Amino acid sequence: MALGSLFIIAISAIFINNFVLIKFLGICPFMGVSKKLDSALGMGGAVIFVMTIASAVTWSVQKYVLDKHGLQYLQTIVFIVVIASLVQFIEMFLQKSIPDLYKALGIFLPLITTNCAILGVTIMNITEKYSFIGAVVNGLSAGIGFTLALVMMAGIREKLELADIPAALKGVPITFITASLMSLAFMGFSGMKIG
Amino acid sequence: MSLKHKMKNFFRRVLDWFIPVGKRSAKEISKGLVKENPTLVMLLGLCPTLAVTSSAQNGLGMGLATLFVLLGSNIVISLIKKAVPGKVRIPIFIVVIATFVTIIQFVMEGFFPDLNRSLGLFIPLIVVNCIILGRAEAFASKNNIYYSILDAIGMGLGFTLALVLIGSIREILGANKIFGMDLVPGYEPMGLFILPPGAFLTMGLIIAVINKLKQGKKD
Repeated sequence: MALGSLFIIAISAIFINNFVLIKFLGICPFMGVSKKLDSALGMGGAVIFVMTIASAVTWSVQKYVLDKHGLQYLQTIVFIVVIASLVQFIEMFLQKSIPDLYKALGIFLPLITTNCAILGVTIMNITEKYSFIGAVVNGLSAGIGFTLALVMMAGIREKLELADIPAALKGVPITFITASLMSLAFMGFSGMKIG
Repeated sequence: MSLKHKMKNFFRRVLDWFIPVGKRSAKEISKGLVKENPTLVMLLGLCPTLAVTSSAQNGLGMGLATLFVLLGSNIVISLIKKAVPGKVRIPIFIVVIATFVTIIQFVMEGFFPDLNRSLGLFIPLIVVNCIILGRAEAFASKNNIYYSILDAIGMGLGFTLALVLIGSIREILGANKIFGMDLVPGYEPMGLFILPPGAFLTMGLIIAVINKLKQGKKD
């Protein structure tokens, strides 16, 4: 696959079709874990890690098991089971071999199974007919896009703590309105012409 | 004992059984609509809520699809709850949910191809809608099948109502339409509302209104 098309996949997943702000995938952690910058970075790291590996594994499962035996209709069930066991496996692997990384990402890993961005990116890899490398790059960039949105949101929310806002807007509503403005800014990228 | 007395006793017994069951049934089915509305109060299932509500019709379709999956998973999980070992219950629940999602995927593809296209990726993503796993874990795995059905209907309708509400607001403001019908002639709609930023903005303002109402009650 040409480097140029990989670049287009990456830019498109990070900016133009940002997973959180434009495609609405992974809103729950976006609202839940964006209170502090540290935890936002931890969650982001965990999502990048799992998304990249999940993209590679589910792509191979689709190609070599489901397509080969004509079982495409089992996609949803198989993918969710693969992702859930993968997360469990990564957790055990990190705990044993890279304890430092486990300490940083550990508490976020169990939350990831039900993060719809992971299942979303793996299904998207198949419907967009990406190659293996394309799928991995898409997973990696979708994770980076997610982390970008999450970290920016955490930075803004730390400042918002000190702002004087109307009582009814405090907490969740102002977060949504901030997200709306960020989404508006990201829509500017869709005018960008690449490729 | 006279016949009249016997009848009276019988009716009293029936009522004694029926009143608490009736009361509890009414509670289980109505709690999801307003008081514990899964979307607007508990803030669960936000991804589909924001993503598919660019029109009231899409919201309705998504709501009913989720209602079906929730009903199916609640019924099955309340039936198998005693056979499921506690440690592996979450993977088992997810497989049950995924099965019903696969069924609804086929139904949508076969009977509602247009709706299927506009909801797209979010039909398979019903699997990871936290409302469904949440109800399985918090309700269906602890209650009998009758109350689980009522809970699923209440929660599913609450989700549908919230989606139709958000979808209607966005469609009216953003496209000057409701369920695809034109509204005020000559009014220039604010296109922003059917775009992604409009979803966040509408949701934020609705929750702000709910907060305001709650505060008003407390004072």
